[in-house]
Amino acid sequence: MSAMIPSSSPAIETRALRKVFGDKVAVGDLTLSVERGEVFGFLGPNGAGKTTSVKMLLNLVFPTSGEAYLLGGSLNDPLVRSRVGFLPEHFRFHDWLKGTEFLALHAELYKMSGQQARRRIADLLDLVSLTPHAGKKLREYSKGMLQRIGLAQALLNQPDLVILDEPTSGLDPVGRRLVRDVIRELRRDGTTVFLNSHLLSEVEITCDRVAFIKHGQVIRVSPLQSLVEGELSVEVRARNLRPEVVQGLSRWSRSVRLDGEHIALTLEGEADLPQVNRYLVEQGVDVFALRPERISLEDLFIQIVGTDGGL
Amino acid sequence: MSTLTIARLSFREASRRKILLAALLLGLLFLAVYGLGFHFIMREVEKEIGSMRVLELNQIRNFLLMAGMYVVNFLTAMMIVLTSVDTLSGEISSGTIHTLVAKPIRRWEIVLGKWLGFAIMVSLYLLLMGGGVMGLIYLRSGYSAPHPLSALALIWLNALVLLSVSLMGGAYLSTLANGVLVFGLYGVAFIGGWIEQIGSFFPNPSASQIAINLGIITSLMMPSEALWKRAAHELQSPLVTALGVSPFTTNAYPSGVMILYAILFMLLAFALAVRRFGNRDL
Repeated sequence: MSAMIPSSSPAIETRALRKVFGDKVAVGDLTLSVERGEVFGFLGPNGAGKTTSVKMLLNLVFPTSGEAYLLGGSLNDPLVRSRVGFLPEHFRFHDWLKGTEFLALHAELYKMSGQQARRRIADLLDLVSLTPHAGKKLREYSKGMLQRIGLAQALLNQPDLVILDEPTSGLDPVGRRLVRDVIRELRRDGTTVFLNSHLLSEVEITCDRVAFIKHGQVIRVSPLQSLVEGELSVEVRARNLRPEVVQGLSRWSRSVRLDGEHIALTLEGEADLPQVNRYLVEQGVDVFALRPERISLEDLFIQIVGTDGGL
Repeated sequence: MSTLTIARLSFREASRRKILLAALLLGLLFLAVYGLGFHFIMREVEKEIGSMRVLELNQIRNFLLMAGMYVVNFLTAMMIVLTSVDTLSGEISSGTIHTLVAKPIRRWEIVLGKWLGFAIMVSLYLLLMGGGVMGLIYLRSGYSAPHPLSALALIWLNALVLLSVSLMGGAYLSTLANGVLVFGLYGVAFIGGWIEQIGSFFPNPSASQIAINLGIITSLMMPSEALWKRAAHELQSPLVTALGVSPFTTNAYPSGVMILYAILFMLLAFALAVRRFGNRDL
Protein backbone atom coordinates (compact mmCIF):
# COMPACT_ATOMS: atom_id res chain seq x y z
CA MET A 1 0.00 0.00 0.00
CA SER A 2 2.77 2.43 0.86
CA ALA A 3 4.13 1.98 -2.65
CA MET A 4 1.27 4.13 -3.89
CA ILE A 5 2.44 7.12 -1.91
CA PRO A 6 5.62 8.76 -3.24
CA SER A 7 8.20 8.40 -0.50
CA SER A 8 10.22 11.41 -1.59
CA SER A 9 7.61 13.94 -0.52
CA PRO A 10 7.88 15.44 2.97
CA ALA A 11 6.19 13.56 5.79
CA ILE A 12 4.25 16.69 6.73
CA GLU A 13 3.84 19.81 4.69
CA THR A 14 1.57 22.71 5.55
CA ARG A 15 1.14 26.04 3.84
CA ALA A 16 -0.47 28.99 5.62
CA LEU A 17 -2.73 26.71 7.60
CA ARG A 18 -5.24 28.75 9.56
CA LYS A 19 -8.06 27.95 11.94
CA VAL A 20 -10.51 30.40 13.40
CA PHE A 21 -13.13 29.45 15.98
CA GLY A 22 -15.73 32.19 16.02
CA ASP A 23 -13.63 35.31 16.51
CA LYS A 24 -10.73 33.48 18.14
CA VAL A 25 -7.73 32.71 15.96
CA ALA A 26 -6.45 29.33 17.19
CA VAL A 27 -3.83 28.88 14.48
CA GLY A 28 -2.79 31.94 12.52
CA ASP A 29 -0.45 30.87 9.78
CA LEU A 30 1.24 27.51 10.10
CA THR A 31 3.81 26.80 7.43
CA LEU A 32 5.90 23.78 8.17
CA SER A 33 7.78 21.01 6.47
CA VAL A 34 8.83 17.83 8.24
CA GLU A 35 11.21 15.56 6.35
CA ARG A 36 10.95 11.80 6.17
CA GLY A 37 12.70 9.99 8.97
CA GLU A 38 13.19 12.89 11.34
CA VAL A 39 11.96 13.25 14.89
CA PHE A 40 10.34 16.65 14.93
CA GLY A 41 9.44 18.54 18.08
CA PHE A 42 6.55 20.96 18.09
CA LEU A 43 6.95 23.41 20.93
CA GLY A 44 4.97 26.30 22.23
CA PRO A 45 3.24 27.62 25.32
CA ASN A 46 -0.26 26.48 26.29
CA GLY A 47 -2.85 28.03 24.04
CA ALA A 48 -0.38 28.53 21.19
CA GLY A 49 -2.48 26.32 18.91
CA LYS A 50 -0.42 23.13 19.07
CA THR A 51 -3.28 20.71 19.60
CA THR A 52 -5.47 22.45 17.03
CA SER A 53 -2.58 22.16 14.56
CA VAL A 54 -2.23 18.45 15.27
CA LYS A 55 -5.99 17.98 14.90
CA MET A 56 -5.89 19.72 11.53
CA LEU A 57 -3.16 17.36 10.37
CA LEU A 58 -5.38 14.41 11.23
CA ASN A 59 -8.52 15.79 9.66
CA LEU A 60 -10.24 16.03 13.05
CA VAL A 61 -10.54 19.79 12.68
CA PHE A 62 -11.02 21.40 9.29
CA PRO A 63 -8.78 24.38 8.50
CA THR A 64 -10.40 27.73 7.76
CA SER A 65 -7.82 28.21 5.01
CA GLY A 66 -4.46 26.91 3.86
CA GLU A 67 -3.22 23.54 2.73
CA ALA A 68 -1.73 20.50 4.37
CA TYR A 69 -0.34 17.22 3.09
CA LEU A 70 0.76 14.12 4.91
CA LEU A 71 3.21 11.79 3.15
CA GLY A 72 2.52 13.73 -0.01
CA GLY A 73 -1.18 12.95 -0.01
CA SER A 74 -4.42 14.57 0.99
CA LEU A 75 -5.51 14.41 4.64
CA ASN A 76 -8.86 13.19 3.38
CA ASP A 77 -7.42 10.12 1.79
CA PRO A 78 -7.93 6.95 3.89
CA LEU A 79 -4.89 5.50 2.14
CA VAL A 80 -2.76 8.26 3.67
CA ARG A 81 -4.28 7.71 7.10
CA SER A 82 -3.53 4.00 6.82
CA ARG A 83 0.18 4.96 6.91
CA VAL A 84 -0.18 7.27 9.92
CA GLY A 85 -0.32 6.48 13.62
CA PHE A 86 -1.79 8.88 16.15
CA LEU A 87 -1.82 9.16 19.92
CA PRO A 88 -4.28 11.89 20.93
CA GLU A 89 -3.65 14.25 23.79
CA HIS A 90 -6.18 13.02 26.33
CA PHE A 91 -5.96 9.35 25.34
CA ARG A 92 -9.62 8.69 26.02
CA PHE A 93 -10.51 5.28 24.65
CA HIS A 94 -13.47 2.91 24.82
CA ASP A 95 -12.73 1.90 28.38
CA TRP A 96 -15.12 -1.05 28.47
CA LEU A 97 -12.79 -2.90 26.10
CA LYS A 98 -9.99 -5.11 27.35
CA GLY A 99 -6.44 -4.20 26.36
CA THR A 100 -6.22 -6.83 23.64
CA GLU A 101 -9.71 -6.09 22.36
CA PHE A 102 -8.89 -2.41 22.11
CA LEU A 103 -5.83 -3.11 19.98
CA ALA A 104 -7.74 -5.68 17.91
CA LEU A 105 -10.46 -3.10 17.18
CA HIS A 106 -7.94 -0.59 15.90
CA ALA A 107 -6.07 -3.23 13.94
CA GLU A 108 -9.38 -4.03 12.27
CA LEU A 109 -9.84 -0.35 11.41
CA TYR A 110 -6.37 -0.43 9.86
CA LYS A 111 -7.72 -3.40 7.85
CA MET A 112 -5.06 -5.76 9.16
CA SER A 113 -5.72 -9.45 8.74
CA GLY A 114 -6.55 -11.49 11.84
CA GLN A 115 -3.29 -13.35 11.98
CA GLN A 116 -1.17 -10.31 11.19
CA ALA A 117 -3.00 -8.35 13.88
CA ARG A 118 -2.57 -11.03 16.55
CA ARG A 119 1.18 -11.18 16.03
CA ARG A 120 1.57 -7.43 15.98
CA ILE A 121 -0.59 -6.96 19.09
CA ALA A 122 1.47 -9.48 21.05
CA ASP A 123 4.68 -7.68 20.03
CA LEU A 124 3.34 -4.26 20.90
CA LEU A 125 1.94 -5.32 24.27
CA ASP A 126 5.41 -6.55 25.00
CA LEU A 127 7.01 -3.34 23.79
CA VAL A 128 4.90 -1.17 26.11
CA SER A 129 5.18 -3.70 28.98
CA LEU A 130 1.45 -4.36 29.19
CA THR A 131 1.38 -8.07 28.40
CA PRO A 132 0.39 -8.96 32.01
CA HIS A 133 -2.52 -6.50 31.82
CA ALA A 134 -3.77 -7.38 28.33
CA GLY A 135 -6.88 -9.11 29.70
CA LYS A 136 -7.94 -6.22 31.92
CA LYS A 137 -10.50 -3.67 30.88
CA LEU A 138 -9.07 -0.24 30.04
CA ARG A 139 -11.30 1.15 32.79
CA GLU A 140 -8.99 -0.52 35.29
CA TYR A 141 -5.83 0.92 33.72
CA SER A 142 -3.87 3.74 35.33
CA LYS A 143 -3.25 6.94 33.42
CA GLY A 144 0.23 5.80 32.46
CA MET A 145 -1.01 2.40 31.28
CA LEU A 146 -3.64 4.09 29.12
CA GLN A 147 -1.00 6.24 27.56
CA ARG A 148 1.17 3.22 26.84
CA ILE A 149 -1.65 1.22 25.27
CA GLY A 150 -2.50 4.35 23.29
CA LEU A 151 1.07 4.41 22.03
CA ALA A 152 0.80 0.74 21.04
CA GLN A 153 -2.39 1.62 19.17
CA ALA A 154 -0.51 4.31 17.24
CA LEU A 155 2.11 1.80 16.10
CA LEU A 156 -0.19 -1.06 15.03
CA ASN A 157 0.11 -0.44 11.31
CA GLN A 158 3.89 0.09 11.36
CA PRO A 159 3.25 3.64 10.23
CA ASP A 160 5.51 5.85 8.12
CA LEU A 161 4.52 8.82 10.27
CA VAL A 162 3.62 8.81 13.96
CA ILE A 163 1.97 11.86 15.48
CA LEU A 164 2.21 11.95 19.27
CA ASP A 165 0.31 14.63 21.14
CA GLU A 166 1.86 14.97 24.61
CA PRO A 167 2.88 11.31 24.78
CA THR A 168 4.53 11.45 28.19
CA SER A 169 2.25 13.76 30.17
CA GLY A 170 0.75 10.93 32.24
CA LEU A 171 3.84 8.84 32.65
CA ASP A 172 6.21 8.22 35.51
CA PRO A 173 9.99 8.30 34.83
CA VAL A 174 10.02 4.62 33.81
CA GLY A 175 7.19 5.20 31.35
CA ARG A 176 8.94 8.25 29.94
CA ARG A 177 12.08 6.31 29.32
CA LEU A 178 10.01 3.68 27.59
CA VAL A 179 8.52 6.27 25.25
CA ARG A 180 11.96 7.68 24.57
CA ASP A 181 13.25 4.23 23.70
CA VAL A 182 10.28 3.64 21.41
CA ILE A 183 10.92 6.94 19.65
CA ARG A 184 14.60 6.04 19.22
CA GLU A 185 13.63 2.70 17.76
CA LEU A 186 11.21 4.38 15.37
CA ARG A 187 13.91 6.75 14.20
CA ARG A 188 16.25 3.84 13.61
CA ASP A 189 13.60 2.21 11.43
CA GLY A 190 13.22 5.41 9.41
CA THR A 191 9.82 6.35 10.79
CA THR A 192 8.99 10.03 10.99
CA VAL A 193 7.87 11.15 14.44
CA PHE A 194 5.99 14.38 15.06
CA LEU A 195 6.12 15.10 18.76
CA ASN A 196 3.92 17.70 20.36
CA SER A 197 5.18 18.14 23.86
CA HIS A 198 5.66 20.78 26.46
CA LEU A 199 8.10 18.59 28.37
CA LEU A 200 11.22 20.22 27.01
CA SER A 201 13.63 17.74 28.54
CA GLU A 202 11.92 15.04 26.50
CA VAL A 203 12.23 17.01 23.33
CA GLU A 204 15.83 17.83 24.07
CA ILE A 205 16.68 14.16 24.33
CA THR A 206 14.67 12.83 21.41
CA CYS A 207 14.24 15.40 18.65
CA ASP A 208 16.30 16.17 15.56
CA ARG A 209 14.56 19.42 14.79
CA VAL A 210 12.15 21.66 16.62
CA ALA A 211 9.63 24.31 15.70
CA PHE A 212 8.62 26.97 18.18
CA ILE A 213 5.11 28.22 17.80
CA LYS A 214 3.38 31.14 19.41
CA HIS A 215 -0.04 32.60 18.67
CA GLY A 216 -0.52 29.87 16.09
CA GLN A 217 2.50 30.89 14.10
CA VAL A 218 5.86 29.21 13.62
CA ILE A 219 8.41 31.67 14.92
CA ARG A 220 11.51 29.55 14.55
CA VAL A 221 12.45 26.16 13.14
CA SER A 222 15.89 24.88 13.88
CA PRO A 223 17.93 21.71 14.20
CA LEU A 224 18.13 20.99 17.90
CA GLN A 225 21.89 20.36 17.87
CA SER A 226 22.80 23.77 16.52
CA LEU A 227 20.31 25.44 18.82
CA VAL A 228 21.73 23.94 21.93
CA GLU A 229 25.34 23.71 20.79
CA GLY A 230 25.49 27.23 19.52
CA GLU A 231 24.87 29.36 22.56
CA LEU A 232 26.68 28.89 25.77
CA SER A 233 26.05 30.49 29.10
CA VAL A 234 29.09 31.18 31.25
CA GLU A 235 29.34 31.93 34.91
CA VAL A 236 32.48 33.66 36.11
CA ARG A 237 33.51 34.13 39.71
CA ALA A 238 36.15 36.82 40.06
CA ARG A 239 37.45 39.63 42.26
CA ASN A 240 38.96 42.99 41.38
CA LEU A 241 36.26 43.68 38.88
CA ARG A 242 36.15 47.20 37.59
CA PRO A 243 32.96 48.36 35.85
CA GLU A 244 34.75 49.22 32.61
CA VAL A 245 36.21 45.69 32.50
CA VAL A 246 32.75 44.20 32.84
CA GLN A 247 31.49 46.51 30.12
CA GLY A 248 34.29 45.35 27.88
CA LEU A 249 32.84 41.85 27.93
CA SER A 250 30.01 43.01 25.66
CA ARG A 251 32.48 42.49 22.80
CA TRP A 252 31.69 38.74 23.10
CA SER A 253 28.32 38.73 24.75
CA ARG A 254 24.99 40.44 24.28
CA SER A 255 23.93 39.93 27.87
CA VAL A 256 26.34 40.51 30.73
CA ARG A 257 25.06 40.55 34.28
CA LEU A 258 27.17 41.42 37.32
CA ASP A 259 26.10 40.27 40.76
CA GLY A 260 28.72 40.78 43.46
CA GLU A 261 31.68 38.71 42.39
CA HIS A 262 29.63 36.71 39.87
CA ILE A 263 29.31 37.56 36.19
CA ALA A 264 26.77 35.76 34.01
CA LEU A 265 27.15 36.06 30.27
CA THR A 266 26.19 34.18 27.10
CA LEU A 267 28.67 33.39 24.37
CA GLU A 268 28.07 32.47 20.74
CA GLY A 269 30.26 29.40 21.00
CA GLU A 270 33.03 27.63 22.87
CA ALA A 271 35.73 29.32 20.83
CA ASP A 272 35.15 32.57 22.69
CA LEU A 273 35.95 31.07 26.09
CA PRO A 274 39.80 31.35 26.08
CA GLN A 275 39.55 34.88 24.72
CA VAL A 276 37.28 35.93 27.56
CA ASN A 277 39.61 34.34 30.05
CA ARG A 278 42.70 36.02 28.56
CA TYR A 279 40.93 39.38 28.52
CA LEU A 280 39.99 39.16 32.18
CA VAL A 281 43.46 38.13 33.28
CA GLU A 282 45.11 40.86 31.20
CA GLN A 283 42.82 43.43 32.86
CA GLY A 284 44.14 42.32 36.26
CA VAL A 285 41.06 40.47 37.35
CA ASP A 286 41.50 37.52 39.75
CA VAL A 287 39.54 34.70 38.15
CA PHE A 288 38.47 31.94 40.57
CA ALA A 289 36.11 30.06 38.32
CA LEU A 290 34.92 30.11 34.75
CA ARG A 291 32.04 27.69 34.24
CA PRO A 292 30.57 27.22 30.78
CA GLU A 293 27.08 25.69 30.66
CA ARG A 294 25.03 24.57 27.69
CA ILE A 295 21.85 26.57 27.43
CA SER A 296 19.00 24.27 28.21
CA LEU A 297 16.11 24.03 25.81
CA GLU A 298 14.02 25.55 28.56
CA ASP A 299 16.10 28.72 28.61
CA LEU A 300 15.98 28.81 24.85
CA PHE A 301 12.25 28.32 24.87
CA ILE A 302 11.81 31.29 27.18
CA GLN A 303 14.22 33.36 25.09
CA ILE A 304 12.33 32.62 21.89
CA VAL A 305 8.76 32.44 23.05
CA GLY A 306 9.01 34.94 25.87
CA THR A 307 7.79 34.70 29.43
CA ASP A 308 4.27 35.92 28.77
CA GLY A 309 3.36 32.36 27.87
CA GLY A 310 2.01 33.49 24.54
CA LEU A 311 -1.40 34.17 26.07
CA MET B 1 -15.65 -3.34 6.04
CA SER B 2 -15.13 -0.59 8.59
CA THR B 3 -18.90 -0.01 8.77
CA LEU B 4 -19.40 -3.50 10.15
CA THR B 5 -16.54 -3.01 12.62
CA ILE B 6 -18.29 0.06 14.00
CA ALA B 7 -21.66 -1.75 14.02
CA ARG B 8 -20.13 -4.57 16.03
CA LEU B 9 -18.53 -2.04 18.36
CA SER B 10 -21.93 -0.46 19.15
CA PHE B 11 -23.38 -3.89 19.75
CA ARG B 12 -20.50 -4.89 21.98
CA GLU B 13 -20.76 -1.65 23.93
CA ALA B 14 -24.45 -2.27 24.65
CA SER B 15 -23.62 -5.76 25.73
CA ARG B 16 -20.67 -4.73 27.95
CA ARG B 17 -22.64 -1.99 29.58
CA LYS B 18 -25.31 -4.56 30.46
CA ILE B 19 -27.89 -2.76 28.34
CA LEU B 20 -28.69 -5.93 26.41
CA LEU B 21 -28.98 -7.99 29.58
CA ALA B 22 -31.25 -5.45 31.28
CA ALA B 23 -33.44 -5.20 28.19
CA LEU B 24 -33.67 -8.96 27.92
CA LEU B 25 -34.48 -9.58 31.59
CA LEU B 26 -37.03 -6.78 31.85
CA GLY B 27 -38.51 -7.82 28.50
CA LEU B 28 -38.98 -11.35 29.78
CA LEU B 29 -40.49 -9.99 33.00
CA PHE B 30 -42.90 -7.89 30.96
CA LEU B 31 -43.88 -10.92 28.87
CA ALA B 32 -44.37 -13.05 31.98
CA VAL B 33 -46.63 -10.46 33.61
CA TYR B 34 -48.48 -9.88 30.37
CA GLY B 35 -48.96 -13.59 29.71
CA LEU B 36 -50.23 -14.23 33.24
CA GLY B 37 -52.54 -11.25 33.05
CA PHE B 38 -53.92 -12.36 29.73
CA HIS B 39 -54.47 -15.89 31.04
CA PHE B 40 -56.39 -14.81 34.15
CA ILE B 41 -58.46 -12.18 32.37
CA MET B 42 -59.49 -14.65 29.66
CA ARG B 43 -60.30 -17.31 32.27
CA GLU B 44 -62.69 -14.93 34.04
CA VAL B 45 -64.18 -13.70 30.78
CA GLU B 46 -64.72 -17.21 29.51
CA LYS B 47 -66.50 -18.10 32.79
CA GLU B 48 -68.68 -15.03 32.41
CA ILE B 49 -69.76 -15.27 28.79
CA GLY B 50 -68.95 -18.90 27.97
CA SER B 51 -66.17 -20.14 25.77
CA MET B 52 -68.43 -20.65 22.76
CA ARG B 53 -69.11 -17.04 21.86
CA VAL B 54 -66.01 -16.74 19.72
CA LEU B 55 -66.86 -13.41 18.16
CA GLU B 56 -67.09 -11.60 21.49
CA LEU B 57 -64.11 -13.42 22.95
CA ASN B 58 -62.05 -12.38 19.94
CA GLN B 59 -62.93 -8.73 20.51
CA ILE B 60 -61.60 -8.98 24.05
CA ARG B 61 -58.49 -10.85 22.86
CA ASN B 62 -57.92 -8.17 20.23
CA PHE B 63 -58.31 -5.42 22.80
CA LEU B 64 -55.75 -7.05 25.12
CA LEU B 65 -53.38 -7.63 22.21
CA MET B 66 -53.60 -3.96 21.25
CA ALA B 67 -52.89 -2.95 24.85
CA GLY B 68 -49.80 -5.18 24.87
CA MET B 69 -48.56 -3.93 21.52
CA TYR B 70 -49.12 -0.33 22.59
CA VAL B 71 -46.65 -0.88 25.42
CA VAL B 72 -44.25 -2.75 23.11
CA ASN B 73 -44.28 0.17 20.68
CA PHE B 74 -43.59 2.59 23.51
CA LEU B 75 -40.79 0.48 25.02
CA THR B 76 -39.18 -0.03 21.62
CA ALA B 77 -39.19 3.72 21.03
CA MET B 78 -37.67 4.40 24.46
CA MET B 79 -35.11 1.65 23.98
CA ILE B 80 -33.79 2.99 20.67
CA VAL B 81 -33.62 6.59 21.81
CA LEU B 82 -31.97 5.84 25.15
CA THR B 83 -29.34 3.58 23.62
CA SER B 84 -28.43 5.86 20.71
CA VAL B 85 -28.88 9.36 22.11
CA ASP B 86 -25.31 9.51 23.46
CA THR B 87 -23.46 7.57 20.80
CA LEU B 88 -22.14 10.43 18.64
CA SER B 89 -22.23 13.37 21.06
CA GLY B 90 -20.79 11.24 23.87
CA GLU B 91 -17.85 10.04 21.81
CA ILE B 92 -17.22 13.57 20.58
CA SER B 93 -17.25 15.13 24.04
CA SER B 94 -15.16 12.38 25.65
CA GLY B 95 -12.64 12.33 22.79
CA THR B 96 -12.90 8.58 22.12
CA ILE B 97 -13.87 9.56 18.57
CA HIS B 98 -10.37 10.94 17.88
CA THR B 99 -8.62 7.59 17.54
CA LEU B 100 -11.47 6.26 15.39
CA VAL B 101 -11.61 9.17 12.95
CA ALA B 102 -7.82 9.22 12.54
CA LYS B 103 -8.00 5.67 11.18
CA PRO B 104 -8.42 4.91 7.46
CA ILE B 105 -12.19 5.16 7.75
CA ARG B 106 -14.61 7.66 6.26
CA ARG B 107 -16.75 9.59 8.65
CA TRP B 108 -19.99 8.43 7.03
CA GLU B 109 -18.91 4.85 7.67
CA ILE B 110 -18.91 5.61 11.40
CA VAL B 111 -22.45 7.03 11.26
CA LEU B 112 -23.72 4.18 9.11
CA GLY B 113 -21.98 1.60 11.31
CA LYS B 114 -23.59 3.00 14.43
CA TRP B 115 -26.99 3.16 12.73
CA LEU B 116 -26.64 -0.45 11.67
CA GLY B 117 -25.53 -1.66 15.09
CA PHE B 118 -28.45 -0.02 16.89
CA ALA B 119 -30.91 -1.02 14.15
CA ILE B 120 -29.97 -4.68 14.57
CA MET B 121 -30.27 -4.39 18.34
CA VAL B 122 -33.71 -2.81 18.25
CA SER B 123 -34.87 -5.34 15.66
CA LEU B 124 -34.02 -8.19 17.99
CA TYR B 125 -35.71 -6.41 20.87
CA LEU B 126 -38.86 -5.83 18.85
CA LEU B 127 -38.94 -9.44 17.67
CA LEU B 128 -38.68 -10.61 21.27
CA MET B 129 -41.30 -8.23 22.65
CA GLY B 130 -43.80 -7.97 19.79
CA GLY B 131 -43.38 -11.61 18.85
CA GLY B 132 -43.71 -12.48 22.54
CA VAL B 133 -47.00 -10.62 23.05
CA MET B 134 -48.61 -12.01 19.90
CA GLY B 135 -47.12 -15.47 20.48
CA LEU B 136 -48.43 -15.68 24.05
CA ILE B 137 -51.94 -14.78 22.92
CA TYR B 138 -51.79 -17.29 20.12
CA LEU B 139 -50.53 -20.02 22.45
CA ARG B 140 -53.19 -19.34 25.09
CA SER B 141 -56.17 -18.86 22.82
CA GLY B 142 -55.25 -19.56 19.22
CA TYR B 143 -56.08 -15.96 18.31
CA SER B 144 -53.98 -13.91 15.94
CA ALA B 145 -54.39 -10.31 14.82
CA PRO B 146 -55.32 -9.51 11.20
CA HIS B 147 -51.93 -8.24 9.91
CA PRO B 148 -49.28 -8.91 12.55
CA LEU B 149 -46.28 -8.60 10.21
CA SER B 150 -47.33 -5.26 8.75
CA ALA B 151 -47.88 -4.00 12.28
CA LEU B 152 -44.43 -5.17 13.41
CA ALA B 153 -42.88 -3.60 10.30
CA LEU B 154 -44.50 -0.26 11.12
CA ILE B 155 -43.36 -0.32 14.75
CA TRP B 156 -39.91 -1.21 13.42
CA LEU B 157 -39.98 1.72 10.99
CA ASN B 158 -40.95 3.97 13.89
CA ALA B 159 -37.88 2.80 15.81
CA LEU B 160 -35.63 3.43 12.78
CA VAL B 161 -37.08 6.93 12.34
CA LEU B 162 -36.31 7.69 15.99
CA LEU B 163 -32.82 6.20 15.63
CA SER B 164 -32.06 8.43 12.64
CA VAL B 165 -33.36 11.53 14.41
CA SER B 166 -31.34 10.70 17.50
CA LEU B 167 -28.14 10.24 15.42
CA MET B 168 -28.85 13.52 13.66
CA GLY B 169 -29.33 15.29 16.99
CA GLY B 170 -26.13 13.66 18.27
CA ALA B 171 -24.15 15.08 15.34
CA TYR B 172 -25.41 18.62 15.99
CA LEU B 173 -26.06 18.79 19.74
CA SER B 174 -24.83 17.69 23.13
CA THR B 175 -26.29 14.50 24.56
CA LEU B 176 -28.72 16.29 26.86
CA ALA B 177 -29.95 18.70 24.19
CA ASN B 178 -30.36 15.75 21.84
CA GLY B 179 -32.46 13.91 24.42
CA VAL B 180 -34.64 16.98 24.87
CA LEU B 181 -35.02 17.24 21.08
CA VAL B 182 -35.96 13.63 20.40
CA PHE B 183 -38.27 13.15 23.39
CA GLY B 184 -39.72 16.60 22.81
CA LEU B 185 -40.63 15.77 19.22
CA TYR B 186 -41.96 12.40 20.33
CA GLY B 187 -44.15 14.11 22.94
CA VAL B 188 -45.47 16.65 20.44
CA ALA B 189 -46.37 13.88 17.98
CA PHE B 190 -47.97 11.89 20.79
CA ILE B 191 -50.22 14.68 22.03
CA GLY B 192 -51.02 15.75 18.46
CA GLY B 193 -52.16 12.22 17.72
CA TRP B 194 -54.49 12.15 20.70
CA ILE B 195 -55.97 15.56 19.88
CA GLU B 196 -56.64 14.26 16.38
CA GLN B 197 -58.24 11.12 17.80
CA ILE B 198 -60.48 12.91 20.27
CA GLY B 199 -61.26 15.62 17.71
CA SER B 200 -62.57 13.07 15.25
CA PHE B 201 -65.47 12.45 17.66
CA PHE B 202 -66.45 16.15 17.86
CA PRO B 203 -69.97 16.73 16.55
CA ASN B 204 -68.97 20.14 15.17
CA PRO B 205 -67.25 19.43 11.83
CA SER B 206 -65.11 22.58 11.79
CA ALA B 207 -63.74 21.90 15.29
CA SER B 208 -63.13 18.34 14.26
CA GLN B 209 -61.21 19.51 11.19
CA ILE B 210 -58.98 21.78 13.29
CA ALA B 211 -58.10 18.86 15.58
CA ILE B 212 -57.37 16.62 12.62
CA ASN B 213 -55.16 19.25 10.97
CA LEU B 214 -53.28 19.67 14.22
CA GLY B 215 -52.66 15.94 14.25
CA ILE B 216 -51.41 16.01 10.67
CA ILE B 217 -49.03 18.90 11.34
CA THR B 218 -47.52 17.18 14.36
CA SER B 219 -47.21 13.96 12.36
CA LEU B 220 -45.22 15.86 9.75
CA MET B 221 -42.90 17.16 12.46
CA MET B 222 -42.39 13.64 13.78
CA PRO B 223 -44.27 10.72 12.20
CA SER B 224 -43.93 8.35 15.18
CA GLU B 225 -47.51 8.55 16.44
CA ALA B 226 -48.87 8.25 12.89
CA LEU B 227 -46.87 5.06 12.40
CA TRP B 228 -48.26 3.61 15.62
CA LYS B 229 -51.79 4.48 14.53
CA ARG B 230 -51.27 2.72 11.25
CA ALA B 231 -49.75 -0.27 13.05
CA ALA B 232 -52.76 -0.35 15.41
CA HIS B 233 -55.05 -0.26 12.41
CA GLU B 234 -53.26 -3.29 10.98
CA LEU B 235 -53.78 -5.14 14.26
CA GLN B 236 -57.36 -4.14 14.94
CA SER B 237 -60.13 -6.58 14.20
CA PRO B 238 -62.53 -5.37 11.47
CA LEU B 239 -65.50 -5.47 13.86
CA VAL B 240 -63.92 -3.03 16.34
CA THR B 241 -63.04 -0.81 13.42
CA ALA B 242 -66.66 -0.89 12.25
CA LEU B 243 -67.96 -0.05 15.73
CA GLY B 244 -65.31 2.64 16.18
CA VAL B 245 -64.89 2.06 19.90
CA SER B 246 -61.29 1.64 20.88
CA PRO B 247 -58.88 3.91 22.72
CA PHE B 248 -56.13 2.85 20.36
CA THR B 249 -57.40 3.71 16.91
CA THR B 250 -59.82 5.81 14.95
CA ASN B 251 -61.49 5.10 11.70
CA ALA B 252 -59.23 7.67 10.13
CA TYR B 253 -55.89 5.91 10.02
CA PRO B 254 -52.77 7.26 8.30
CA SER B 255 -52.50 6.38 4.61
CA GLY B 256 -49.67 4.82 2.65
CA VAL B 257 -48.49 8.32 1.80
CA MET B 258 -47.75 8.88 5.49
CA ILE B 259 -45.67 5.71 5.57
CA LEU B 260 -43.74 6.92 2.55
CA TYR B 261 -43.31 10.29 4.27
CA ALA B 262 -41.93 8.54 7.36
CA ILE B 263 -39.38 6.68 5.23
CA LEU B 264 -38.27 9.91 3.55
CA PHE B 265 -38.17 11.61 6.95
CA MET B 266 -35.88 8.87 8.23
CA LEU B 267 -33.59 9.13 5.20
CA LEU B 268 -33.40 12.89 5.51
CA ALA B 269 -32.53 12.70 9.22
CA PHE B 270 -29.83 10.13 8.45
CA ALA B 271 -28.45 12.25 5.60
CA LEU B 272 -28.27 15.28 7.89
CA ALA B 273 -26.48 13.19 10.53
CA VAL B 274 -23.89 12.10 7.96
CA ARG B 275 -23.47 15.61 6.61
CA ARG B 276 -23.08 17.29 9.97
CA PHE B 277 -20.77 14.64 11.41
CA GLY B 278 -18.78 14.76 8.17
CA ASN B 279 -18.02 18.47 8.29
CA ARG B 280 -17.83 19.30 11.96
CA ASP B 281 -14.68 19.80 14.01
CA LEU B 282 -14.04 17.08 16.54
